[in-house]
Amino acid sequence: MMEVIEVKLVPIFILSRRFEVPEGSTIITAMEYAGFKLKKGVGCREGFCGACASLYRLEGEYKLHGGLGCQTVVQPNMQIVQIPYTPSPKAIYDLEKINVGEEIFIDFYPEIYRCLSCNTCTKICPQDIQVMDYVQAGIRGDLELMANTSFDCIMCGLCTARCPAEITQYNAALLARRLFGKYIQKKGKFLEDRFKQVMDGKFEEGYTELMSLSKEDLKKRYFDRELNFSIT
Amino acid sequence: MAYPDYMRESLELVHKSRAERVEIDKKGIQNFLKPLTSEGREKVLSENHPDYKPDARRTIRIGQNKDEKLTSKVVDVLESHTILPKNFNLDPVDYETDVLVIGGGGAGCQAAIWARLNGAKVIISTKLRMGDANSMMSQGGMQAAVNPGDSPLIHYLDAMGGGHFDNKPELLKILTKEAPIAVKDLEDLGVIFDRLPDGNLQTKAGGGGSRRRMLSSRDYTGAEIMRVLRDEVRNHPEEITILEYFPAIELIKDEDGKVAGAILFNMETGEYAVVKAKAVIMATGGFGRLHINDFPTTNHYGATMDGLVMAYRAGARLIHMDSVQFHPTGAVYPPQILGFLITEKIRGFGGQPVNKNGELFVFPLEPRDIEASDYIQECRAGKGINTPDGHVGIWLDSPIIEMIHGAGTIEKNFPAMYRQYKRFDIDIRKDPMLVYPTLHYQNGGIEIGEKTESTIPGLLSAGECSGGVHGRNRLMGNSVLDYNVFGKLAGIEAARIAKETEIKGKLSIDHVWKYEEELKQAGIETIRKSPVLLPEYRNLSILKKHCDDYDPFLPAGL
Repeated sequence: MMEVIEVKLVPIFILSRRFEVPEGSTIITAMEYAGFKLKKGVGCREGFCGACASLYRLEGEYKLHGGLGCQTVVQPNMQIVQIPYTPSPKAIYDLEKINVGEEIFIDFYPEIYRCLSCNTCTKICPQDIQVMDYVQAGIRGDLELMANTSFDCIMCGLCTARCPAEITQYNAALLARRLFGKYIQKKGKFLEDRFKQVMDGKFEEGYTELMSLSKEDLKKRYFDRELNFSIT
Repeated sequence: MAYPDYMRESLELVHKSRAERVEIDKKGIQNFLKPLTSEGREKVLSENHPDYKPDARRTIRIGQNKDEKLTSKVVDVLESHTILPKNFNLDPVDYETDVLVIGGGGAGCQAAIWARLNGAKVIISTKLRMGDANSMMSQGGMQAAVNPGDSPLIHYLDAMGGGHFDNKPELLKILTKEAPIAVKDLEDLGVIFDRLPDGNLQTKAGGGGSRRRMLSSRDYTGAEIMRVLRDEVRNHPEEITILEYFPAIELIKDEDGKVAGAILFNMETGEYAVVKAKAVIMATGGFGRLHINDFPTTNHYGATMDGLVMAYRAGARLIHMDSVQFHPTGAVYPPQILGFLITEKIRGFGGQPVNKNGELFVFPLEPRDIEASDYIQECRAGKGINTPDGHVGIWLDSPIIEMIHGAGTIEKNFPAMYRQYKRFDIDIRKDPMLVYPTLHYQNGGIEIGEKTESTIPGLLSAGECSGGVHGRNRLMGNSVLDYNVFGKLAGIEAARIAKETEIKGKLSIDHVWKYEEELKQAGIETIRKSPVLLPEYRNLSILKKHCDDYDPFLPAGL
């Protein structure tokens, strides 16, 4: 099932060998057209999982570009290599016991303080995230800004692969988000109330009644129910 | 890759009708386009839904579901030979553990986390990387009745009707009742949900629901939950061993016939490994990459129904495997994103399905099978828009969202959708998206009971790969909920089994050879092998030059 069926072919280079692939192919579909059975460096194929990080160079350019294989359309004479995985440290922590202070990263990802503010991470990010900005926010202890700025990160690892200060941006950001979600983000009362009601068995009688209905009665109950999208 | 010029005429009609449609939204669409009645549903489904095509289902000739009609492609994959070589030897055992979790998606991670919390040592086997799963790709949300004006009982009723009253009631009770607890568990792990200024969870409407019940994390809901669960799994390397790129291909039993492990297969080196475990949790997800009825899919590259094949050969019963979920809104243009998921949250925020004349033609929040069938019907009536490469679709009007909720709503709530289209020079704040139903979800699966137990001892299942809870059509936001609720239960139950049982005698794969014998007895002659592991997208001309011995993935018949 090739998803791209246009006839015009363009030349590209995969691992230095020349192939002709349909114009409009993404890096992933181009590699498959060229005969590669992808067993790594491919995941959701929709830009959500970060498995298909790729590096490429365009004809006549000195610059190394990064992108997601499933989202990047091939260009003539593009040279492509996949980066299925960036080996990087992952700190071990017990979220229940972390003391959320301003210098939280000293204990877990101290390398973020080495940031050179060179912006290489931001430039390579396929999600257009302001990566350097969130690293700087982390250095200042601003977990909220770090969490919000990094939120759309899909952890493809390209920032880490390119960082001259050898920071694992995406793992540090994940810790920031988890701490923000657990300890800092303001929570309302509704969930807590509902949680208590469930634990107290408030709905048991209702379930027993619903589950004792005949299929006909259940159908009637369903099709007669009120649709109300304004009530909270 | 902006829209081609010839579509402009139709786009203008969509823009022109928008102000009027905003008024309809304000007064409540349900007052203008009523949701279908029971009879109306039956009619639009039987006339349009791909499950009702004459060749969509066929009778399976062997196994626990023998003589039942299942989706034809599912039967093809089940009526296939094992990958294992004939003289396969189970000695030596390469890994030993309390609990083996097969699948590294949402259900697998929750199972591992909770099995560990209950004292078990865990191994997770996964085909690609941890988190390379449909869980990662869910965009719009997770259902949980958290608002005071809502209730788990209304959630139950909505899901029961959406599933055509085929859901197993006791499972649906667990799903809806445990939902608020699942949300709290996720909060405790540090998952960030969208919230209102007062700190309460933002809730939006979903198809088939009667209240606002959809919780979200922008339109990266699955990604946010998945990356947190994955991180938590990785926080316990002493107790949870992760084996990536090492999928299971057959189950192993002990002398009592209890499931006692699995055989793993390294797709790159060709190496096999034997895992011995006191309990096994099947959490391999669904079947989108089988491209049932030749539909494109929203699914992950590895969604090839592997778990069902292994479980079926081992004697487990399947349920509701005659029904396939097509998501109403898959992208049809540009061609690079064909079949990609366009989140239902778009309609939850007021986005409307509109035909080529700019007319709103259906209540936008029907259950998915109904909504999808309505779109197919509209296109069949000639009211769709054709694409340059031969597809057809209807408009999903997104600019209306900002007219209803104000400028900036799309970038704030739909960064993934906005980014996806921007890559191809389409601005969804200004132009609608062109959509058509796409293969999305395996409604059924391995039949489970209240403790996630399958019909064979030692085997549990959770998430998309299990069946029963959603009936024959799942509602939006109930699968993220499903893997959190039942993944947890599976982990707890597996840890209990591991504590209370021993593996008896020698390990065996006799059930695999017995199944081979059944194939023969039934007169089934095929060169197909399964599990499928990965779909085949290579160019035919290249495949014809391949060397069989070197390529275990070479499709049959070439």
